[in-house]
Amino acid sequence: MVKTIAQASLGVHEKLMIRKNTIRNGSSKQRLSIVTGIHGDELEGQYLAYLIGSRLREKIEYLNGTVDIYPAMNPLGIDSITRGIPLFDIDMNRIFPGSEEGTMPEALAASVINDLKGSDICIDVHSSNIFLMEIPQIRISVPTAEVLVPYAKMLNVDFIWVHESATVLESTLAHTLNSMGTKTLVVEMGVGMRITKEYCFQVFDGVFNLMKNIGMWSGETVPVREPVISLNRSVGFVNSDAAGIFVPCAKFGDHVEKGQLIGQVLDPLNGSPAADIKAVCSGMIFTLREYPVVYGGSLLARILMSESEEKCHE
Amino acid sequence: MNKEIIFTLRSPYRENMDVVGYRFGSGERSAAIVGSFRGNEIQQMYVCSQLVKILRRLEETGQIVKGKEIMVIPCVNYYSMNIGKRFWPMDNTDINRMFPGYDMGETTQRIADGVFARLQGYEYGIQLASFYQPGNFLGHVKMMETGFTDKELMKKFGLRYGIVREPRPYDTTTLNYNWQIWETKAFSVYSGSTDRIDENAARESIDAILRFLNGTGIITRKVRPGYLTSIIPESNVAQIHTETAGIFVSMTETGREAAENDVIGKIVDPFDGETLSLIRTRFSGIVFFEYDSPLINEHTVVFKIIRE
Ligand SMILES: [Zn+2]
Repeated sequence: MVKTIAQASLGVHEKLMIRKNTIRNGSSKQRLSIVTGIHGDELEGQYLAYLIGSRLREKIEYLNGTVDIYPAMNPLGIDSITRGIPLFDIDMNRIFPGSEEGTMPEALAASVINDLKGSDICIDVHSSNIFLMEIPQIRISVPTAEVLVPYAKMLNVDFIWVHESATVLESTLAHTLNSMGTKTLVVEMGVGMRITKEYCFQVFDGVFNLMKNIGMWSGETVPVREPVISLNRSVGFVNSDAAGIFVPCAKFGDHVEKGQLIGQVLDPLNGSPAADIKAVCSGMIFTLREYPVVYGGSLLARILMSESEEKCHE
Repeated sequence: MNKEIIFTLRSPYRENMDVVGYRFGSGERSAAIVGSFRGNEIQQMYVCSQLVKILRRLEETGQIVKGKEIMVIPCVNYYSMNIGKRFWPMDNTDINRMFPGYDMGETTQRIADGVFARLQGYEYGIQLASFYQPGNFLGHVKMMETGFTDKELMKKFGLRYGIVREPRPYDTTTLNYNWQIWETKAFSVYSGSTDRIDENAARESIDAILRFLNGTGIITRKVRPGYLTSIIPESNVAQIHTETAGIFVSMTETGREAAENDVIGKIVDPFDGETLSLIRTRFSGIVFFEYDSPLINEHTVVFKIIRE
C-alpha cells in the first residue's frame, strides 16, 4: 500500500510528496524500514529498494511483519540530479529531527521522523557521492556500536566502520532515530549517479538474512560474509596535494603496501604528471576516487590499515 | 595597509584562488572582519571592501590606535562567485560549515584551516553573514550562546537589535562558533541583502562596525550615535510561515510596525491570479525579515517579527 507521509506545496501547481510502500503479512508486529534517496545523487538504493519490494511481492507468504520502503526521501533532488534539497541548497541529512513549525525542509524532516519512529530496525542506504566509490559498508558511531554491530554483521557487507561521533552529525537521520531508540544502520556502497548491481545484490541478500535473524522472513536466504570491523584499526586517508586529473593504477578492494603507487595526478596541458600518489599505510583500499578532476585536498582513497601494521605502530 | 595572501589554492585549469587579507595597524590582534564565504554573498564582500577603503584612510591619518591590529578578509571564495555558484564549485560544500578546518583534509576543510589559522588570537571577530533564503533583514548583530558569551558587547555596534542564538548541531562547524571556542568574541553582522548591493544597508553595517571599533578602543574615529540596542533571544523573533504556495506579494517592508492581525502580505495563484491566502501577523511588532523572491512554497518563512 503506497502512502504519502509528508508533503508541501511548491510555488507553481505542484506538490512535493514523500511516499512509502507498506508491505505487510502475518501476525508479527515487527517492522523494518528501508530508507534511501536522502541525497538526490545517490542511486544505488533505488535498485536495492526495487529488489526488496519485488522479492516481497513475489514471496509475500514468507514475510511475517511489516516492511516499509521509502525510496525517495528527497524526491526533488533525485528528479533533478541534486544532492541536497533543490532551492534551499540544504543537505537533508543535516536537518533532522526537523520541526513541524520550521521551514519546509525542517517540516518534511519532522514528518519523516514521525513516520519512521517505532520501526524495529531502519536501514538508511547511501552511495557515497559522485566522487568516491565505496566497498559495501556500514558506518556506526562509537556510542551506538554495541547495539548496532550485531545487526550490521547480518547485512552481508564487507566492512563495518565504527567512527568517532561528531556534534555536526547529530542532525543526521540515523543519529536522530538511534537516539530515539529506533535502531538505524547506515549503509554506504558504490558511487553516486550509478547503480552497481553486484553491490545491490550483496546487500539485498543481507537484508533478507537480517529479516530471517529477527524472525520476519522464513523464505530462502544465502550465507553472508564476515565483515572486517574497523574497531581498534586505523583508517589511512590519501588526499591529493596537487590539482589535476587523477588516474588510479591500484584497484578497489586491493591490498596495498605502504609507499606503493596507487595512481597519479596528471597535468594534461603540459603532458606531465603533477604528483605520484602513494599508499599512506599498508592495508585494503575500501574507498577509491571515481571522479577524475581533483583540487588540492581532494580525497583519493581510504585504506583500512592491516592488523600487522597496526602492531608495528604500537 | 599591508596586503597579504592568507591561503592559495590551485585548481586544474583556473588561476590560483588567493584568499587576500588586508592588515591595518600593528601589535596585538584586536579585530578580524570576514566577508563572503558563499558565492552569492556580494553585499558582504562589498561592506568589507568599503571598510578596507576607510581603514586605509584612517591608518594614513593615524586614527588606528597604536599597538592594535585589524585584519579584513573581504572574500574567501570567489571561485564560486565568478561562476555564479553559491557553494564550492566541485563538491558543493559550504566553507562556513568546515571550521575549524583540517590541513590534511578535503579542499574546503583546507581552505577553512588556512583561513582560521590566520584568524585566531584576535580579541574580536566579525563575520558578515547571510541567511539561507532570499530575503531582506533589518540590519542586526548576532552572537552565539556558548556559555561565556558577553552579550552586552553587541551594544557597541549601535544596531537596533542584538540577537542571541542557542547553537544547533550544524552551527558547531561555523567560523563564528569556532572563534568563540578559541576565545575570540565573535559577532555575525547581517547587512540587509545578499546577492545584490543594498547601499543603505551597507552604510548602516559599515557605521556599526566602525562604531564598534571606536567603542572598543581600536580606532579613534567618531561615528554618529546609533540605536540603543535591544538584546533579545532568538526565540523572541517570531516566524510567520506560509500555508500555501504561489506568487508572493509583500504588503509591508522591514522596519515597519505591524499590529496584531494586520495583513502584511498575500499569496496569489500563479495561473488564475486569484488570492489564495492573506498573510497576517499574529501579534504586534517590528517586521525584521521579509522574503523577497516572487515564487514561494508552503512552510516557508515569509516574515520574521520582533515582538514588542
Ligand atoms: Zn548519502
